[in-house]
Amino acid sequence: MSARDAILNRLRHRRDGALTAPVSDFAVVTEKQWNETEKLDLFQQKIESVHAEVHRVSKENWLEKLKELLAEKQVKNLLTPMQAQVGVDTRAALKEDDVELLAYDQPIEGWKAELFSNVDASITDVRSAIAETGSLVLWPDLDQPRLMTLVPPIHFAVVDADQLKNTFHEVIVSEGWVSEGMPTNALLISGPSKTADIEQTLAYGVHGPKELVVLVRQ
Amino acid sequence: MSHNQVVQEFHPRVHEAITNPQIRANFRKAMDGLMDKRQLAFPSDDELQRTRELAAAIRLRALSKLPELLEKLEANLTANGVKVHWAETGDEACKIILDICNEKNAKSVIKGKSMVSEEMELNHYLEEHGIEALESDLGEYIVQLAEETPSHIIMPAIHKNTDQISDLMHEKTGTNKSRDVEYLTAEARQQLRERFEKADVGVSGVNFAVAETGTLCLVENEGNGRLTTTVPPVHIAVTGIEKVVENLEDVAPLLSLLTRSATGQHITTYFNMISSPRKEGELDGPEEVHLVLVDSGRSNIYQDDELLDTLRCIRCGACMNHCPVYTRIGGHAYGYTYPGPIGKILMPHLAGLDDAKDLPSASSLCGACGEVCPVKIPIPKLLVRLREESVAGDHNHDNSVVKGRGAKRKGMEPLIWKGWAKMHKHGGLYRTGTGLATVFRGLVPSNLGAWTNCRTAPKLAKTTLHQQMKARSQNNAASQKKDGGDQ
Ligand code: SF4
Repeated sequence: MSARDAILNRLRHRRDGALTAPVSDFAVVTEKQWNETEKLDLFQQKIESVHAEVHRVSKENWLEKLKELLAEKQVKNLLTPMQAQVGVDTRAALKEDDVELLAYDQPIEGWKAELFSNVDASITDVRSAIAETGSLVLWPDLDQPRLMTLVPPIHFAVVDADQLKNTFHEVIVSEGWVSEGMPTNALLISGPSKTADIEQTLAYGVHGPKELVVLVRQ
Repeated sequence: MSHNQVVQEFHPRVHEAITNPQIRANFRKAMDGLMDKRQLAFPSDDELQRTRELAAAIRLRALSKLPELLEKLEANLTANGVKVHWAETGDEACKIILDICNEKNAKSVIKGKSMVSEEMELNHYLEEHGIEALESDLGEYIVQLAEETPSHIIMPAIHKNTDQISDLMHEKTGTNKSRDVEYLTAEARQQLRERFEKADVGVSGVNFAVAETGTLCLVENEGNGRLTTTVPPVHIAVTGIEKVVENLEDVAPLLSLLTRSATGQHITTYFNMISSPRKEGELDGPEEVHLVLVDSGRSNIYQDDELLDTLRCIRCGACMNHCPVYTRIGGHAYGYTYPGPIGKILMPHLAGLDDAKDLPSASSLCGACGEVCPVKIPIPKLLVRLREESVAGDHNHDNSVVKGRGAKRKGMEPLIWKGWAKMHKHGGLYRTGTGLATVFRGLVPSNLGAWTNCRTAPKLAKTTLHQQMKARSQNNAASQKKDGGDQ
């Protein structure tokens, strides 16, 4: 008998007989509801508490703020999406700027060393965001691949205030993740990479970005 | 246990730990901090208790359909392009992983944190077969540099303080000696980045495996888990068969309780959900993803209605953070992969009671573990059950599934208890027995084995309770008579 069959066989023929499934009451999760203002405040408070930097900006002037932040953080090059509107707008706005615009336009194998050592920052949009935990929700794709939000030391994320959901549970259910079918990788990001493995002392940027900058467009 | 672990006797290890002030201080400080943080993460007791109810129900629902859910998980993962493997033992799982590595001609493996891989001692196994396995979680990396094992399931290097880590990194990797945690972390980042770039295979654990969608979920703060599962061309995930959950929505409350119970964080930096290898046209991610499902004694635990609760565990570590024994002796003294309360109820199954016989009794049964457990595992009750199993005295568990049952049963002990039971059933025998015991009370030896190691021997009273009660009622009757006579 294969290991698979042996294991399943033991599980199927329980000594103490079949088990019944208890009911799961999700009310304690679904009753968490906030209004728009509360959601934004909560999101900001939660994500700032884990060391992210949040800027509330308007839909019109967000690129100004971005430029300001890039200069302040002395970012020399920026990895941007080519298709997502956030990327298109950023590229247009920074055309004349000193910041070099980079694109993730080839498989990782072709430029691993460069991505790992020479990219200062990246910018991406998000699919949605979560108020309760201060989290960004991303489904990386061809235009905004997985390593784009992980390898560069600074990650700028652009969030629209109306993308805010109450809870992770609401995201899964209201966005129909199950019926839509899960992507290769779905991701929640809440703050920059961190560790407390050395005597409980927090340190940022251990493997991923040292800084997470969130621009919330209202 | 397997390959390399030298299982040293439990009691000398404990003695060594409690007399080591460094261990005492490091753990005390860390556990106090973790308990405070957890408490702050649950401002509403009502919310906490209701979420625990829900989480326990979710885990039990998954277990109640375990064989079906495992098949569904396999079917969905396979449809998504992930290869699923099954292993009855840790050794089998190691072999499966080695075969995949060999097929890919892999020479170096980079690892995300995985307690199951610790359980099966994967690193040693791969190294014995000429493949280098490097831990990338900072705590695991430190522990590996020190050639030790993790002392906590969430914070592997919690037994070391900054100075010790600085010295270790200096000695093994040539960094400067420094108390600056930022500096040490940045150095480790650099050392590991180079390895990530070159690794042939990434090995990770799994926190939840979702049957409904065929999704592997990983909880982490550092980003090494994401690197491990994205950069190398092959990703192998390894997990115990009990980690499966039924629906995608089930992970939301489990995640919320896991991170808050573990470290008091409202969420970790990353929650990484992987459902397939790199698809056509995608620019990163592994070309191949494998899942190795490991049994290693779990299907045995599954047979028994009471022991089954052990399998609800989501490995948050809260039980050890709150355990007065763990706080004092630290993780290594237990001598097994999983220390603390969860280790005491799990290891006897994985290693056998004959091997782990001391674990269930290494508890004061204070109940703190059961109170904080996010999935409401009645840990104290299970400890008592395993104590019964270790002396095999209880006929309720005759058809037991516990490996090594009766390991603590000693030659004379059952006879003594039989006599004890008989004596208590027969009044005459009882009175004679206790009467004799008081007469020969001077003969009680002052050395009574384990009992007198840290206590004085009990002294029997001059007269038995029955004799005292009898004398008392005679006295009363006499004085009543006297009172009555005076009226
Ligand atoms: S037994 Fe409970 S408290 Fe302990 S690690 Fe498992 S889930 Fe956490």
